[in-house]
Amino acid sequence: MITFTSFPVAPDPYLARNDDAADYLPDSDYMDVDLEEESDAGSSKLTCPGESITSSHAFMRGHGTYVENEEVISSVAGLIERVNKLVTVRALRTRYNPEVGDLVVGRITEVQPRRWKVDANSRQDAVLMLSSVNLPGGVQRRKLESDELQMRNFFEEGDLLVAEVQAFFADGAMSLHTRSLKYGKLRNGQLVTVPPILVRRLKSHFYTLPCGVDLILGLNGYIWVSKHVKENEQEGEEGFDAEAVYSNKNDEIDEATRTAISRVTNIIRVLATHSIPLTDTLLLEAYEWAIEADVDLKDLLQEDIGDALIAAVTNR
Amino acid sequence: MSSRIEILNDGGFRSDGRLPSELRSLAFDLSPQAGADGSAMVSHGLTQVLVSVFGPREAKSRAQTMHNRAALNVEVSVAPFSTSDRRRRGRGDKRVQEIVAMIKSTFEPVVQTALYPRSQIDIFVHVLQQDGGVLQASINATTLALTAAGVPLLDLVCAITAGVHSTSPDSPLLDLTTLEENDCPSVTVAVMPRSGKLTLVSLETRVHVDVFKGILEVVGEAGKVLSLEMKRAVLARTKMLKDAMGAGLRTAEFAEDAGGDE
Repeated sequence: MITFTSFPVAPDPYLARNDDAADYLPDSDYMDVDLEEESDAGSSKLTCPGESITSSHAFMRGHGTYVENEEVISSVAGLIERVNKLVTVRALRTRYNPEVGDLVVGRITEVQPRRWKVDANSRQDAVLMLSSVNLPGGVQRRKLESDELQMRNFFEEGDLLVAEVQAFFADGAMSLHTRSLKYGKLRNGQLVTVPPILVRRLKSHFYTLPCGVDLILGLNGYIWVSKHVKENEQEGEEGFDAEAVYSNKNDEIDEATRTAISRVTNIIRVLATHSIPLTDTLLLEAYEWAIEADVDLKDLLQEDIGDALIAAVTNR
Repeated sequence: MSSRIEILNDGGFRSDGRLPSELRSLAFDLSPQAGADGSAMVSHGLTQVLVSVFGPREAKSRAQTMHNRAALNVEVSVAPFSTSDRRRRGRGDKRVQEIVAMIKSTFEPVVQTALYPRSQIDIFVHVLQQDGGVLQASINATTLALTAAGVPLLDLVCAITAGVHSTSPDSPLLDLTTLEENDCPSVTVAVMPRSGKLTLVSLETRVHVDVFKGILEVVGEAGKVLSLEMKRAVLARTKMLKDAMGAGLRTAEFAEDAGGDE
């Protein structure tokens, strides 16, 4: 429950703002000061839908804004960001906005002629073309009609996969590809979803934690936690093992690994409910804390223990 | 049968002790609901409505898909325990269908649907308690839930009900309870406070044309007051999320620095 008492700004400024459009005239100093302060202090200003940000003469409108009566007005609640003359508002909770080159984890929702539809937490389902996957029998092989007929042997409805955003269609839907040995069908693990803003763009989105757990941080907020696979056991370029890549069977996973996977998953859930951006160092610290404090992995999700975990990892 | 309850007594107070232009106690709860992209619980006095928003996401049916904009899909469910007479209202109920149509037409000009072609935005409204003003509470909760989901809106839409009582046609009553709704002609209005435009005016009874103007003016003012409260709630939540993320980031940077030294 949100209480209004904690909010520092008195309501009066808004009343004043709503009353008179004269406040927004470009020669008044309201916006310049705000934006300059923001870039100095490094902390951006907050806004919400229908709030006037600045004059449309001096600035260009970006995402999360619209122009009416020569004013740039916010259309979402979030942080005002400025790059030179471009003003954008970034919402803190929203669906995933894809960019080319992003790594995403997704789930097949539909099999269509020569393509799969993939749910990737975006505003439309992504498309994975049959021509953008590696098929058995060599990477450069042509796609045949027989491949089209046995598409369900590669990916079926409900299958999870990791892929990269390749391009966009005219309507904004994204096209994925799995033409790398790092990408493809997922198994031996568990999916956990977090708000996409909590996953940052990093040098690598594949992590191996020392507890024998592999981690794939999809930029769409889907995170795959799985049993560690040794490098040399990964399906190699020359001996591209289609059977293993498109297999639906889990490997044997021992008790300790299962516990570790569940523990990491629960830690991610706790961090996400406290809206803390995920990094490997933070996860490791949290994992160590959970081991040291000897917390049962089920109890991690309890509120008081979760709070203790957050306090431990954020106040160092 | 005439009501034995005085809607407005000689002292100018209403049956629950409010002044004519006084709102009931407001509560906005924006804490997230599992699974939903955005959700909000709004209470106007004893009326309580919970709204969950999903999307913009892939349209479920081909028929609903529009190639140039997103489709708004509104579903309203009224809890059987929400009124004093326990009864089940299904989705096919005329009253429910009407609320659905009104919520949809209220938000279609406000949500920037053109940004999301071929998508669908689902709005699920759950009426938990009813004590007058279900439509106003549903619209207010939907506004907040859409904002929480990061769906771009032209403005925060604020809805409010007003009625007039025969004893004092000059001072319209705001935010009616069930008791007052049964006895007074009433209007529900949804305002976009920044421009002052109305996206919904719903009049189910007859009101004299002379008092209608007065009602609209009072309602416009009330909408602005409501929008201030909404803005405060939205900004408080945004600030909380930002601060939480900031705390996490500082730690991460610190940890990375420390890791580099080793």
